[in-house]
Amino acid sequence: MLGSAFNIFLLRQFFKGVPDTYIEAAKLEGANHFQIFFKIALPMVKPALFTVAIFSFNGVWNDFLGPLLYLNDESLYTLQLGLQVSHEQSTTQWNYLMVGSLLILAPVIILFFFFQKYFIQGSNILGDREEK
Amino acid sequence: MAQLHLKNIKKQYDSSGPVVVKDFNLDIEEGEFIVFVGPSGCGKSTTLRMMAGLEEITDGEFYINDKKMNGIAPKNRDIAMVFQNYALYPHMTVYDNIAFGLKIKKWPKQEIKQKVEEAADILGLTEYLHRKPKALSGGQRQRVALGRAIVREADVFLMDEPLSNLDAKLRVQMRAEIMKLHQRLKTTTVYVTHDQTEALTMATRIVILNNGEIMQVGSPQEVYNTPDNLFVAQFIGSPSMNIFDGIFDGERLKIGSISIKISEADKRMLNELRYTDKKIKFGIRPENVQEYQQLSKPEEASPFDIKVRVNELLGSEFMIYSELEGEAIVARVDAHNQNKPGDTMTFAFDMDKGHFFDFDTGERITDN
Repeated sequence: MLGSAFNIFLLRQFFKGVPDTYIEAAKLEGANHFQIFFKIALPMVKPALFTVAIFSFNGVWNDFLGPLLYLNDESLYTLQLGLQVSHEQSTTQWNYLMVGSLLILAPVIILFFFFQKYFIQGSNILGDREEK
Repeated sequence: MAQLHLKNIKKQYDSSGPVVVKDFNLDIEEGEFIVFVGPSGCGKSTTLRMMAGLEEITDGEFYINDKKMNGIAPKNRDIAMVFQNYALYPHMTVYDNIAFGLKIKKWPKQEIKQKVEEAADILGLTEYLHRKPKALSGGQRQRVALGRAIVREADVFLMDEPLSNLDAKLRVQMRAEIMKLHQRLKTTTVYVTHDQTEALTMATRIVILNNGEIMQVGSPQEVYNTPDNLFVAQFIGSPSMNIFDGIFDGERLKIGSISIKISEADKRMLNELRYTDKKIKFGIRPENVQEYQQLSKPEEASPFDIKVRVNELLGSEFMIYSELEGEAIVARVDAHNQNKPGDTMTFAFDMDKGHFFDFDTGERITDN
C-alpha cells in the first residue's frame, strides 16, 4: 500500500516541499531526526497522507483481480467478486445489480466528500509551503 | 551572555567552487549587538549559519566562551536563531511554537507554562497564545519567533534578516522592539541585514562584508565618518557618498577643470604619502556639499556651479541631483530652499569632512 511507486512519489514530493528552515529551527531547538520527522515534517504533509489513504483505500476496496486469484471459498468473496458472480448467473437481475453497485460505491463517495479538501491539496503538489 | 571568536573562518562549498567566506576574523564581546551588513551574496548569512552549526566550517575555528564549536551539533551550542521567514511551525499554536524547544528538553509542564507566559507578556503575545501562525500578522509572527528564541535563555541570539518581510512602518517599530529586548536581556546578538539603516541604528559594532571579506569593523559613527575604503564609503549612507576622480597637484585638488582648496593637514598628508601629481579619489557626503551662500567661512571654500537636474523633497530637506565635471553629484539642502530643475546653484565642499582614497586600491588615504 505505502510501497506503491505513486504513493512513494507523492510523499517524497511533499516531504521535499517542507522548507529547510523548519527543519533547521527544530535542529537548533534540540530535536533529533525522529522528533523532526514525527513532530514537524509528518504533520506538515497531512494532505499527502490523506491522499495516499484515499487512493490506497480505493485501490484495495475495488480490487477484483487479487481476491479472484487468491480466494476459493465463496463465503470469503469480497463484495466486488460477489457482484460479478451474481451478474454471471443465468438471468441478470439488473435492478439488484444497480443497487449492489451503488452500495459498493457508497463508502468511496462518502470518503471523498469528507476528505476532498486534503485530496485536492494532495493532488496539487505544492512547491512553496511557506505560510503566507 | 557569551563571547564569540571567529578565527580565519573560510567557507567553500566544494573544493573547486568559489570561496564564499574568506579568512573571516572577528572577536565579539559579551552583550554586544553585532550587525553583519553587506550586499546580497557577500557571505553574511553563510557566516551566521556557520556560527549556528547549520553549515560546516571549511577552515578556521569558531569559539563560544573559549569552547571550540567546530563539529558541535547546533542543539549543543546554546544558540537561538530567528529566521527571515520566522519558521513558525504552522500546525502548532503560538504557545506550542514557543514551548517546543522546552518540551524537547523535557522541562516540567509548569515551568514551561511559566516561561512561555513570561515571554508572551514581554512581547505582547498573551492574547494570541492559542492562535495558529496563519491567524497572525507579520509583526505578531515575528514576535513569536523572538519569543521562541528568548524562552530558551540561550547564550547567543542569531538573527537572519528578521525584518526583511515586514513593511517599512512595521520594520521601524520592530527594530525598536528588538533593541528594547536586547537592552533588557543583554544577550550577545549577531544580526544579519542588507539594510544599512538597520545596521546604523541597531549595532554596537557593524561588520561590513563584500565578496566574503570584511571591509570594515567599527561603530556606526566610525564606519559613517571614517570609512576605510571606497566600498564602505559608498555602501553606508543614503544617498551614498559622492566620489570624484581628481588629481592632487601638491597644493590643491583638481576635479576636471575645478580647483579645490584643501586643508593644510590634508595637503601635508598627501605630499608626505607621495600623492603629489597623482590621481586620487575624493569622497564627500551629500550633507557636506553645501550652498556657498550658507557657508560660515565662504572665503576658505572653493565654489562651483551646478545645474539642478532632479530635486527630491524629503520633507525637511531637498536632495539635489546633478553633474560635476561629468560625474554625478548629490547635495542635501534645506527644504526652504527655492529650487527647481534647470536652476543653476553654487555649492562648495566642506573640506573638513572630505575623504581621500587611493585611486588603485580604493583604500582610505590616512597618516594613521
